Amino acid sequence: MTTVATVTDEGTDSPYALSHLDALESEAVHIFREVAGEFENPVILFSGGKDSILMLHLALKAFAPAAIPFSLLHVDTGHNFPEVLEYRDRVVAEHGLRLHVASVQDYIDRGVLKERPDGTRNPLQTLPLTEKIQSERFDAVFGGGRRDEEKARAKERVFSLRDEFSQWDPRRQRPELWQLYNGRHAPGEHVRVFPLSNWTELDVWQYIAREDIELPGIYFAHERDVFQRSGMWLTAGEWGGPKESETVEKRLVRYRTVGDMSCTGAVDSDATTLDAVITEIAASRLTERGATRADDKMSEAAMEDRKREGYF
Amino acid sequence: MSNSTTEPVKPLSTEQLSATTLLRFATAGSVDDGKSTLVGRLLHDSKSVLTDQLEAVERASASRGADAPDLALLTDGLRAEREQGITIDVAYRYFATARRRFILADTPGHVQYTRNMVTGASTADLAVVLVDARNGVIEQTRRHAAVAALLRVPHVVLAVNKMDLVAYDETVFAKIAEEFTAYAGELGVPEITAIPISALAGDNVVEPSSNMDWYGGPTVLEHLETVPVSHDLATCHARLPVQYVIRPQTAEHPDYRGYAGQIAAGAFRVGEPVTVLPSGRTSKVAGIDLLGQPVDVAWTPQSVTLLLEDDIDVSRGDLIVPSGDAPATTQDVEATVCHVADTELSVGQRVLLKHTTRTVKAIVKEIPSRLTLDDLSQHPEPGRLVANDIGRVRIRTAEPLALDSYADSRRTGSFLLIDPSDGTTLAAGMAGDAFATPADQAAAGAATEDEGWDF
Repeated sequence: MTTVATVTDEGTDSPYALSHLDALESEAVHIFREVAGEFENPVILFSGGKDSILMLHLALKAFAPAAIPFSLLHVDTGHNFPEVLEYRDRVVAEHGLRLHVASVQDYIDRGVLKERPDGTRNPLQTLPLTEKIQSERFDAVFGGGRRDEEKARAKERVFSLRDEFSQWDPRRQRPELWQLYNGRHAPGEHVRVFPLSNWTELDVWQYIAREDIELPGIYFAHERDVFQRSGMWLTAGEWGGPKESETVEKRLVRYRTVGDMSCTGAVDSDATTLDAVITEIAASRLTERGATRADDKMSEAAMEDRKREGYF
Repeated sequence: MSNSTTEPVKPLSTEQLSATTLLRFATAGSVDDGKSTLVGRLLHDSKSVLTDQLEAVERASASRGADAPDLALLTDGLRAEREQGITIDVAYRYFATARRRFILADTPGHVQYTRNMVTGASTADLAVVLVDARNGVIEQTRRHAAVAALLRVPHVVLAVNKMDLVAYDETVFAKIAEEFTAYAGELGVPEITAIPISALAGDNVVEPSSNMDWYGGPTVLEHLETVPVSHDLATCHARLPVQYVIRPQTAEHPDYRGYAGQIAAGAFRVGEPVTVLPSGRTSKVAGIDLLGQPVDVAWTPQSVTLLLEDDIDVSRGDLIVPSGDAPATTQDVEATVCHVADTELSVGQRVLLKHTTRTVKAIVKEIPSRLTLDDLSQHPEPGRLVANDIGRVRIRTAEPLALDSYADSRRTGSFLLIDPSDGTTLAAGMAGDAFATPADQAAAGAATEDEGWDF
C-alpha cells in the first residue's frame, strides 16, 4: 500500500525551500529574461502605478549590473494624477530609460476619438495603445496584469499572442506548459507578457515592503477633495467632476490602484505606512478592482470585452 | 456555503505572510464530481472570495433565475463558459493560509480537454483527483491518474467526494481508495493520499469531519499545507539553461560577462568545474550573482547569473552542467507527447522543438504508438495524432540537444513541438519512458517512507 497520510513540516523546514516571494520573484525574472532573449523590440507598459513600478524593479534586478534592455510606454489618458506623472519622469531620468507616450488627449484633439458621455477615458486608451504598438513595431509588450484581479484575467496566459489588431481570443490561447513560453508570432502580431501573473495584491505589497520600493504618495492615506459617484470617492478636478448634484468634501483616503482619475476611486483609509497598508489589505473584504474601478462594473464581461479589443 | 460571507477573518501578520512557501497544485474531476464546490470552499474558507465577488455571483445567479448563488460563476470567467455552464480553459486561482500560499490550476473535467489537465499538471507539485463516492473509480478517474503519472506530478490526492450521500460509510471509501491506489501505483505515481470528503457539507476539506471518526488522516487543506514541495537536491543533476548573456560594457563593469538563467534542477557552487553543452567546453564557476547579490551556492528554482573563470563561447540555448554529471547529447529524441493543437501531428512533419531555452528544427520520424488512457492499451503505428491524443514519437533534430529523461528532470526533460508556419504549440513532449518502471518506484519508495494508516 503506497497510501501515505503522515503530516510533516518538511515543506517549510527544508533549507532549500524558497519563500513564496522569492519563488514569485525568480519566476518573474525568468520571464523578463526569456523576452530579452527571444524578442527584437520589447517595451514595458508603465503607468506609474504599483504593478508597473514593481515590474521595473524586477527588470532592473534581472539584468543587473547591465541596464534594462527595454524601453517604457505610458498610455497617457490626459486625466492622470500629477504625483504619478512626476514619479514617472523621475524614474525615467534616474535609470536613463527611454519613454514612449501614447496620448488619449491627442486623439481627442484630432477628432479621432470622442469623449464619452460618462467622462471616463479608460476605454479610450485601447486605440492609442494599439496604434503605438504598431507604429513603433513593438513585438513584446509587458503588462502588470495579475490573474487575481478579475475572472477574465484569471484565464490569461503569461505570454498572450495578439493579432495585428491587438485582439485577444480566449478560445485560441496557446496552452502554457512547464516554463516553456512560446513567443512565436507573425509580422504585425505581438505578444503581451505578464510577469506578475501569479502575484496577488498582497504579494505585491509585501514585496514592495521587503524591497523598500518607493511609491507615489497617493497610495498612502492623505487628505483629499473628493466627491461620491456610483459609490466611489473620486478626485475633484478639471477632468469633469463634480457635477452640480455632487458635493465635494475633504476626506482621509488612499488609492489601491492608479488609473484614469475619472474612474479610479479612493478608499477611506488611515494607512500611512507600508505595514499599515498591508494590514488593511489583509483584512479587506473587497477586491482591489471591486473597491476602486468603475469601468469593471459596466457589465459582467466588461474586462473580457475590453481585453478582446486590445486593452490590457 | 454555510458560513456567512461577511464573517471577519483574522488577518495574518506581515511576518507570517512573508515566511510562507508556495505550493502549486491542480484539480481534476469529472463534470459533476463537485470540483467547483471543492474549489469554492477552499477559496471561501481561506477568505479568498471577497464580498464584491460574491455579490457579483449572487447578482448573476439571480438574473439567471437560480435559487442559490452558483459558485461555478466564481471560476468560470469567460462569456462562453457562462453561456454553456462549463469550464473550457485552465484558470489559475490564488489563496493563502498562515502556513502556505497556493496557486491552483483549475482544470476542466471534460474528456475533450485532456490537454488542459496536461497544462495544469505540468507545473503542479500536487494533483487532486476527485471521484464521486457513489460512482467510484470510473474511466475518467483512470484518465486523470494516468495524466498525473505521465506528467510525474510528485503527489496525488484522491478526494472521495459526496461521502454524505453514502452515509459516510468507511467500506465505500476503503474500496475506492484501494482500487485507485492499486491502479495509480501501477502507473508509478510515487505518493497517493486518499481523503474522504464532502465538499458541500464541508467534511474533511478544511475542518476534520465528526461524521467520519474512523478516518485518522489529514483534511484536504491540512495536507496541502504540509506536503513537502522541495526535492532532495543531493540526488538531482544540476542544470542551468542559459537564457541571456549579461554584458554591461560600462566603465564600472568593463569585463563583466554573466550567463543568466533559472536553475532548472539541483544546485551550483562557486569553484565547481562545469561543462557547457552542446559544445562540451569546460570551465569553473567563478561567481554566482543572485539578482545582484553574490552568493556561494544557488539552487532550483532561483534565477541567477553564473560567472565562469574562462572566457569561453556560451550563448542562449546552451546548458551549463557540473563536469562529470552531463547528460548525453542526441539528435534522436524518443518521447511521449500529448497533442494539444487542433491541427494534427503526422509522420514526416517538419516542426520546431523548444527545449529549455533552445529551439531547433526537427522532423517527426515515427509515431510508433498511440496510448488509450482508458485502459492504457497501445495502438501501434497510428500515423498521426489529433487533439488530446497521447502517443510515443521518434524525432530527429537538426542540432544536438542536451536532453534529460523526463523522469529525472521535469524541467530539462520536457519540450514543446511548434508549427514553424504559424507558431502554434502542437504538442507537449516528455523525453524517455512514459510511465515509471517498478525499479524507479523502488527508488522513490526509499525516499518517501511508507507509513500507511488504517481506514
